[in-house]
Parts: sequence; C-alpha cells; structure tokens
Amino acid sequence: MNDIPQVAEKYKGEIAEIVLGKGDYVAGGAKGMPFLSFENPSKRRPMIAGEVVDDLEGYPEMAARMFDGRQNDPVEWAVMWKELGMDAVCVRLLSTDPARRGASPEDAAETVRRIADRTGLPVIVCGCGDRAVDGRTMAAVSGAVKDSRLILAKAEEEDYKTVSAAAMANGHVVLGFSNLDINLAKQMNILLSDFGIDGDSIIMDPLMAPLGMGLDYSYSVNERIRLAALSGDGMLQQPMLCDTTSAWDVGDATSQDDPALGDPVHRATWWEVMSALAAMMSGADILVMRGPAAADMVKVYAAELTEAD
Amino acid sequence: MATAMEFFKLLPKTNCKDCGHPTCLAFAMQLANGKASLEDCPHISEESRKTLNESSAPPMRTVRIGTGDRAAVMGGETVLYRHERRFVNPTVYAVTVSDGLSDEEIVSRVGYAASLRFERVGTVFRLDCISVRNDSGDAERFSAAASMAAGSWDSPLILESESPSAMSAALDAVKGRRPLICGAYPGNMDRMMELAKEHGCPLALRGGTLEETASMAARAKAAGIEDMVLDTGAVTLKQCLERQTAARRAAVRKKFRALGYPLMNRVGSGEYAVALASVSTMKYGSLVIFDDLKPYEALPLFTLRNNIYTDPQVPIQVKQGVYPIGSPDSHSPIMFTTNFSLTYFTVRADIEKSKIPVWLQVVNTEGLSVLTAYAAGKFDPEHVAEAFRESGILDKSDSAVIVPGLVARMSGKLEEIIGRRAVVGTNESKNIPKHLREFMSG
Repeated sequence: MNDIPQVAEKYKGEIAEIVLGKGDYVAGGAKGMPFLSFENPSKRRPMIAGEVVDDLEGYPEMAARMFDGRQNDPVEWAVMWKELGMDAVCVRLLSTDPARRGASPEDAAETVRRIADRTGLPVIVCGCGDRAVDGRTMAAVSGAVKDSRLILAKAEEEDYKTVSAAAMANGHVVLGFSNLDINLAKQMNILLSDFGIDGDSIIMDPLMAPLGMGLDYSYSVNERIRLAALSGDGMLQQPMLCDTTSAWDVGDATSQDDPALGDPVHRATWWEVMSALAAMMSGADILVMRGPAAADMVKVYAAELTEAD
Repeated sequence: MATAMEFFKLLPKTNCKDCGHPTCLAFAMQLANGKASLEDCPHISEESRKTLNESSAPPMRTVRIGTGDRAAVMGGETVLYRHERRFVNPTVYAVTVSDGLSDEEIVSRVGYAASLRFERVGTVFRLDCISVRNDSGDAERFSAAASMAAGSWDSPLILESESPSAMSAALDAVKGRRPLICGAYPGNMDRMMELAKEHGCPLALRGGTLEETASMAARAKAAGIEDMVLDTGAVTLKQCLERQTAARRAAVRKKFRALGYPLMNRVGSGEYAVALASVSTMKYGSLVIFDDLKPYEALPLFTLRNNIYTDPQVPIQVKQGVYPIGSPDSHSPIMFTTNFSLTYFTVRADIEKSKIPVWLQVVNTEGLSVLTAYAAGKFDPEHVAEAFRESGILDKSDSAVIVPGLVARMSGKLEEIIGRRAVVGTNESKNIPKHLREFMSG
C-alpha cells in the first residue's frame, strides 16, 4: 500500500472578513484555496447576490421573463431574491443616468433604503456609470441607510475618492474595481488604504469576464490574487466579488438563431452557472448573479462544496 | 524533474560533444529544461541512465485512446495552475451508447454524438469519444453493439463493462481501434489487466477512495501496465474537487507515481452531471463520460474547456477576416477592430446589443489591443486597408467605414487609401449601440 503524500499547503496569509448588512453576514475569511477542507478550515459558503435594476431599458428580455412581472418594481424584485434564498441584493441605479430618467440621488437612495428595510439583506449599490451623478448618488445612499452595512460600487483608479468618502461617512464598505490585472488590483487596494479605508471595509472586484469572453483571463488573475494573498501579500487579502451577470450578454449564451445550440434559456443559465463555478473555483467570496435558476443551482453547489447549509 | 546539477553528477563529464552540446554541463542544463533527451548521450552508464530516467520522467503520463491523428490524448500535465504553464491536453468528453439499444437506435445515438459539434471563431468544438456500455449483461450483444457503434464512428472509443468475458468479446470486435477498457475495479482487476496487455489498450481503474485508486494503480504498474486512467471514485462535487486536487498535487509536487496518470469521472446525465463535469474540467479531470449531454449543456461546457486550456502566455487571437454580425446586407455599416480576442469579443457583444447588422473586419494585430497595436504600428491605415483588400469587405457593402474612436487620427489617411468615407466611432466599446443607432438614422 502506497501512502499518499500530504498535499495540504501551509499558507502564511488569510483573507480578511468583512461584516455586511445588519452584522449577520460575513464575507471572506478563507485560509486556503477554495473548498479544500484539508487546508482551508473556513467553511464559509460564498455569498450570492441577486441583481436588480431600477430601469429595465436594455435589460435582456429573456432574463426579465423569469421574474413574473416583479422586475417592474425594484423593491419587489429584491424581495423575490430574498424569497429565493439569496444572501444579498445588488441594485444598479440606472434610473439616475441623465440619458435615461435622470432620477434624483434622493429617489435612488430611497429605493436602496426600501430594499434594505424590506429584505433585511446586505445591499450592493452600483451607480449608472456617470461619474458626477454617481458621486452624488453614493453620498445620498450612504446617508439614507444607517442600520445596514452596504457595499458601495465602485471605486476606480481614476475616481475613487468620492465613493470612498461616501462609504467612510457611514461605515459602509467600498468595492475596489480593477481591470483584469493582479497589479492593478493591488494598486487599487493600496490607493483605498492610503485614503484611510480600513481592511475591514474593502472588497475587490477584479472583473469577472464571463465564459467565452475572457473567462480564462479572469480565472487566472483570480487564482494569482488568491495565491498571493495566502502567501502573505497584505494588499491582496480583501475578499473578492465576481459579477457573472454579463454571461447573459454573450452571443452564444442567448442566441436563438441556431436550433442546433439547444434551448436558449437553459443554455444561458448554464452560461452563468459555469461562469460562477469558475469564479468560485478561483476564489470568489461574493457572486452577483442575474438568472434565478442559475443563482439557485450555484447556491446548492456552493453549499455542497463548502459543506455548509 | 531533476536539476541541472543532479543530471551533471551522473554524466561522464568528458565534454566529448557527442550529444551535440559543447560540454556535459551545457547538456545537463538542457536536460533540466526538458529540451534534450538522455538518449543523446551515448556514453552514459546503464546505472546512471536508470537513475536519471526515473527522475526525468514527467510527473504525469500521457495516455491516448485510439490511434493516429484522431486519438484522444490525456494527461501529460506538469503544473497545478494554468498561469504557471499552459494545461496541455484538454479534458476529453464522451457520451454513452448503451448496448441495450436496438441496432437502429445505436446508429442514431452515434449520429447524435457526432452532432455535438460547434464551429466557433477559428476552432471546432466537438465531442471526442463515444462509450459503448454493456447494460445488457450479455457478452455477445455487447460485442455486436461495439462493432456497430465503431462502424459509424471514426473517433476514439471507450468500452464499458465490468465483465471480463464481455470485454474480451467486444475488444475482439473492434480490433485495431485501441479503445479505453473501462474498467477495472478491485474485484475484476487481474482479468482486465490481462486484456489490456493482450490488446495493447489503455485501462481505466476505479477505486472507492483516492487511497484505493492509488494502490490499484501501483499494482497495475507492477504488473506491467503503463497506460492507465484513474477514477478516484468521486461522486460529489466536493469529492471531485478535493480528490483530483490531491492527486494532481501528489503527482506534480511530490512526484508520487501512483497518481501520475490522467483522471476520469463518470457523471451520468442532467444538471448535477454537468456541474460535476464543469468542476472536473477546471480541476484536473482528463476524461468525463456522460450518460447523456444536451446541446445547451455541451456548448457552454466545450467553451469552458476551451477557456481553461488556452495558453495563458499568449493573448488569444481571432483570425483576420470578415465577421458578419446579424445578417448584414449591401448597405450595412462596416466596422473594424483588432484581433485580440478580448477586444473582439467585447466589440462583437456590443454590436450585437445594438441589434443592427454589421460587417466587422478583424485586422491581424498579433493579439494586441487597439491602442497598443496602433503604437506598435500594427494597426495603421495601411494594415487596415490591406486587410480590407484581402477580405473584399468593401464589395460587400457601400456603407461608410466606422473607425474606432481611439484611433480617430487614422481616418483621413484611411479614407484616402480605400476611397470610402470614414466616420469616427466611439472610444469605448459600450457606447457602440448608441453610436450605431445615430449612424443609421443620420
């Protein structure tokens, strides 16, 4: 009988723990590579956040049909994610875009407050992509929700101070975005840290490219970030958030032109599930997902892999 | 792999140059880099050769199912993470053909397996193998089914039966195809090993645990079997991830020979099977056999395999040429971009979002993105015009050409060379839909 050699790695570093929502959710805390119980005693299942948008223009029709009309009200939509058993809600405040409805920061903040109140879940808040508008929105959101720790998205290298200041003002968490590069991810964490944000208030978004559209880059960038963090690089030890909703933007995922590709709804679901599995295998601590069936499957698989409920 | 100094100690140190290298030390360094073979030294002692062969053997054996160009190649991996070095042999996928089916059903089942084939940007994704399974319990039926399936399938074959006599009959029926014998478990292992040796076929071994699998592999190796595929007995996602990670680490990091073979999973069908296959594809599985695989499962899975097994050192490139998006006609807009796959995919997705049909020309920039390629002189008006000429894109539509905003300054020169109006597009890909709508209405 050959004895199999000991293969558990001994790591010097571990991933920070970030408390979210009303203090009842924690992201991060990994002490080894994902789901390997023989080296990673942290049995924390990655959190799954369901995506909500407050303006449906441009939102894929195929995905919208899965929410039985409840997508028409962002708060109802968020409650539906709660009913589906998800851990968080990610709301994109697209209505604030001047090219759309140009909704006021106060109205947007009110939407976030109602979602946080009704669901009791942690909320990830994304702006519309217009920097000036988003700065005002984040300030209003930060002040409107004081009894739940939000994740405010997103801080970018060229523009991180406004959102960081908004988060610091009321003890919220900042999402630091970087574009598919371990060095940029580290740089972003250094900038945020130099700005005065503590390690317990930063989550990284290293950009999760979906299946078939650069997933290979993300998979390896994530793995390298996680390995560097575990080997002791203190500037990469923040939990990782991976957004897999863009799986629904991949042509092959949703195309209805070629019947040989099989049912598009199932295919798009698998597209997002596999993107999410790849994110988890490479170190994701929080997932943002679009499809309810996909999110449900991923939650079950994540629980099994973690040996958690 | 041994270090250069370990090799050097065992070489004759005569600097005779018979190996083609100037000194024994230079030869040792090439050996350590895997760029020379021990066979090149005619003077090495038998004893040293044996010692060195042991330590220079790759950590995982490469195993083939079938023969020739169409053989399914598995294993041969040398790293744990794909950023260290490219994963070499992509996971092989097989679907089952039961010998419980009628002859007609077998032919149509094999036809279905062959239909799981998708042509994508410059690549063909396809199912690699069929696995004929002895559900009937009858040796003669198994043999007939194997023969029938083999007759309508020219790619590699797997034969699945726990019965050595049924396996023997089927092996006789597909002589020369070198199928994977699947497989051996502790109870039938001796007979199955004999069959593998007799027919010169690879053998799949299945243990209930990783430990049992390793000890079966060691036993088979001692009996003279070299080409093995190991099933660690994993039936859950967690077992699959943990056992296969442990096996790969033991083989690569610890040179543990008994686990230095390709790994396989038999996954059934349905959601959980596809999830298992996904985890196995990312985490060290070399072969996955499905009961069934639907097209909507196959396309994402094949895409995942393609993504995981691309070379991380080389930016993935799209072939230069015209890519019609939607169904463009003789007045549809002409756009162009670089052949860096991320750029291409992003631009393509954003054009698709606009729902406006477009002729998209991909220009070979050797995998560089728009600005880098422009700076490197690989994305200048001359290159773009040459690509247009080669593809004949200007004959496909009389529309103006949309120039990527980041290289707006090339538009004048480009207009001059191609004799077609050039319009400056957007800096950011995400604004393409808006720009296209304006372009069409303006």
